[in-house]
Amino acid sequence: MIPQTQVSRREFLKTSAQTTGSLILGFCFPTRGQVQEPASGGLSRVFKPNAWLRITADNQITVLVEKPELGQGSRTYTPMMIAEELEVDWSNIHVEQAPTIPSIYQGLRTGGSGGVASTFTPMRQVGAQAREMLITAAAQQWKAKKRDCRAENGTVVHGPTSRRLSYGELVEAASTVPLINPDEITLKQPKDFRFIGKPIARTDVPGKVDGRAVFGIDVRVPDMLFGVIARCPFFGGNLQSFDATAAKIVPGVRAVFPVPPLPRHFNTAGGVAVVADSTWAAMQGRKALALKWDKGAGGNESTENLRKLVVQRAVAPPTFIALDRGDALDVLADPLKKVEASYESPFQAHATMEPMNTTVHVRDNEIEVWSPTQFADEVQDEIAKLSGFPLDKVIVHMTLSGGSFGRRYQWDYAAEAWQVAKEMKKPVQLLWTREDDMQHDFYRPYNYQRLSGGFDNQGKLVAWSTRVVTTPISGSNLYTGFTESPETLKDPATVAALEWYGADIAPYSIPNFRLDYAPADSVVPRSWWRSVASSYTPFAKESFVDELAHASGRDPFQFRMDLLPDKSPETVRLRAVLQLAAESAGWGKPLPKGRGRGIACRSGDTCNAQVAEVSVEDDGTVKVHRVVSAVDCGIAVNPDGVRAMTEGAINFALTAVLTGEITIKDGAVEQSNFHDYPVLRIDQAPEVEVHIVPSVEDPRGVGELGAMLVPPAVANAVFAATGVRVRRLPIDPQLLKRSQS
Amino acid sequence: MSKIAITINGKSHIIDVPPDTPLLWVLRDTLGLTGTKYGCGMGLCGACTVHLEGEARRSCQTPVSSVGAKKITTIEGLSPDRSHPVQRAWIAEQVPQCGYCQSGQIMQAAAFLATTPHPTREQIDEAMNGNICRCATYQRIRRAIQRASGQKD
Repeated sequence: MIPQTQVSRREFLKTSAQTTGSLILGFCFPTRGQVQEPASGGLSRVFKPNAWLRITADNQITVLVEKPELGQGSRTYTPMMIAEELEVDWSNIHVEQAPTIPSIYQGLRTGGSGGVASTFTPMRQVGAQAREMLITAAAQQWKAKKRDCRAENGTVVHGPTSRRLSYGELVEAASTVPLINPDEITLKQPKDFRFIGKPIARTDVPGKVDGRAVFGIDVRVPDMLFGVIARCPFFGGNLQSFDATAAKIVPGVRAVFPVPPLPRHFNTAGGVAVVADSTWAAMQGRKALALKWDKGAGGNESTENLRKLVVQRAVAPPTFIALDRGDALDVLADPLKKVEASYESPFQAHATMEPMNTTVHVRDNEIEVWSPTQFADEVQDEIAKLSGFPLDKVIVHMTLSGGSFGRRYQWDYAAEAWQVAKEMKKPVQLLWTREDDMQHDFYRPYNYQRLSGGFDNQGKLVAWSTRVVTTPISGSNLYTGFTESPETLKDPATVAALEWYGADIAPYSIPNFRLDYAPADSVVPRSWWRSVASSYTPFAKESFVDELAHASGRDPFQFRMDLLPDKSPETVRLRAVLQLAAESAGWGKPLPKGRGRGIACRSGDTCNAQVAEVSVEDDGTVKVHRVVSAVDCGIAVNPDGVRAMTEGAINFALTAVLTGEITIKDGAVEQSNFHDYPVLRIDQAPEVEVHIVPSVEDPRGVGELGAMLVPPAVANAVFAATGVRVRRLPIDPQLLKRSQS
Repeated sequence: MSKIAITINGKSHIIDVPPDTPLLWVLRDTLGLTGTKYGCGMGLCGACTVHLEGEARRSCQTPVSSVGAKKITTIEGLSPDRSHPVQRAWIAEQVPQCGYCQSGQIMQAAAFLATTPHPTREQIDEAMNGNICRCATYQRIRRAIQRASGQKD
């Protein structure tokens, strides 16, 4: 065995400006691959240049993907990046999920749309390192100069003689070549890309059309049991007492026992676990429990009270002033013309199609975990801490996830599964029912924004202020509770940082701008929800731009273009997507009677503009017919993936615009399943057109991008169609019904 | 508990479960056919859709005792090699994202096309409206059904 040695250590720290700001995505470049000792059975040797690649003598290439596959395409974009530099035939590539060994794989998580951006260079280096070692091996074998050799479609070719060796033939020789530092290899220019930028079929799709794909809920291990937990419905409440007599005689039920709330968890429920031979038996056992709950300190919280609170907080002194350019408050105190408006959107659930679940087997000396997570290393860390087992004795298998949208960045359900499994001698799959999932989520914060804008006597927009009020994420979930100290979590700047981004009006050129923040207390657990603060700040900002345009009698598209006069790279990119979206959508062209168009845009490391086209039925129902989206995300690594993410994100956001709303009564969630938390169905899905701006800039993530502008684009379109301004989501059909009569 | 005989994907099974157990959990927990998914347990999302004598059924709302001699087909039995026109169309249009709901979508679409071989867009929306996809791959589902019905290359 060749010992593992560190070649070069690279820490890739990426702060996602687009969304959460605090999600640090790490990447580390280890380690000397090992040549497998020939087994006595004469197994072929394997070339392992690094921790992500294995090449066998029969030319099969296995890529170990560290990023979770949640539907966003990690199991396709990762091998694309590697193949680009490795120069191989795509059909020889196989994909495996990397094991949860955070000392080697520092990217066992994904969030903040950071997967593609954070792996783009390192994964190409993974392929380049292997390629250079294979070329070196071939050159040595031919006693040729390395510079006369090149890689071509899974082979090394000696230019002068046209001799050729396949990678498989070079496996043994390449394994003895000294490691090549990937930092010293020049990577391809975009013009030479063969895979990147081409629409590549996803590696995970075949298994998702024939039932073979294994999600967390599909994990089956010998002798396993199935469990559910009857959770305390009241956030911050407690189990007072329970009677399991009837539950224990349900056929198949094996055990009933109380489970305490997790120690490092904000308002996780705790409750009573029922473990049985089948999921159905466990559910029946749970139904038979007699339970008494103490509502706890949050028993008075309701959406009604929260609405009053956020309105108060919108005029209270701010806890944090995020931005203050010029003298906005003074100018707004006495402008020639002033426009004011407030925008509100409620808690939202993630409602992934695969409800939370994890399977755990606690053995005497190790714990094995199968979890649909977007954060495998924290699952491992949390269970190690709770159990007292060393990290390497907690073996975590990251399965496919049936959707995530930010929910699986919390690891409460995995820790709960350990709480249940440790009481049994067998593996247990803990499943959350749909009702559990809906009522014990970490919700998108409740939010309320109050905006003012002022024009001077030439009709120029000269001042703008925004107050953001939310039930803040900080201190309300496992991730922030784990990474920050309790003091930091109370620090006003830290609290505000996760809540206001996306509310900055830059690069709109307005001389006086003020953005401040005030939190509203709540017992409801909150966390990341696809695009996080950008799921609500553009609703206020881009609706308000529309209101200002109409107040000054201007076309909303032209009004935006006029606010973007400078030639900074960001402004140029933003103008380009605005122009592209407007032209593609036929902005300004006549529409059938009753239809309206709305436009919205945003910039940052990704730029996007969207145009929505809507009509309103007699009963006030909004019908979204078409959404046109212009996307500048740098290089679109897999353009079909960019389209798919954008289509899905637009639809995802439409749920929050049209129907989705989590409400609170007596400190508990009122909704329970898809009948009272209706999510978008196919008959509500608009035609979506995605236009990708060609670019050679490094790629940026698009998992969240498409969701950000749907609320303002639709609200602005509703105004264009009806003259009624939507300032609260989801849209209340009564508002539009009345207006039409 | 009682012994119940059922036929799934052409294979007979004798199972020993309470008669009111939904077919979904028999498939998943008793027989290990995990391609059929749990989504809501109330017949609201369609993730658990299977065929009962060729018709789409929500297996979470189908007590196993009600199946009798009727033939059940699950996603695992739709074709031996992903060759069913709906599966081929799903791959060609790159429909799935997370993929969790897609077994149900495909079973719903296959049963629908069996009775409506050349559907309109409105008919597609109506037939597929009981199947939720939270990744919201609906535009591609529409295109894939059109492709499977020969209305798109």
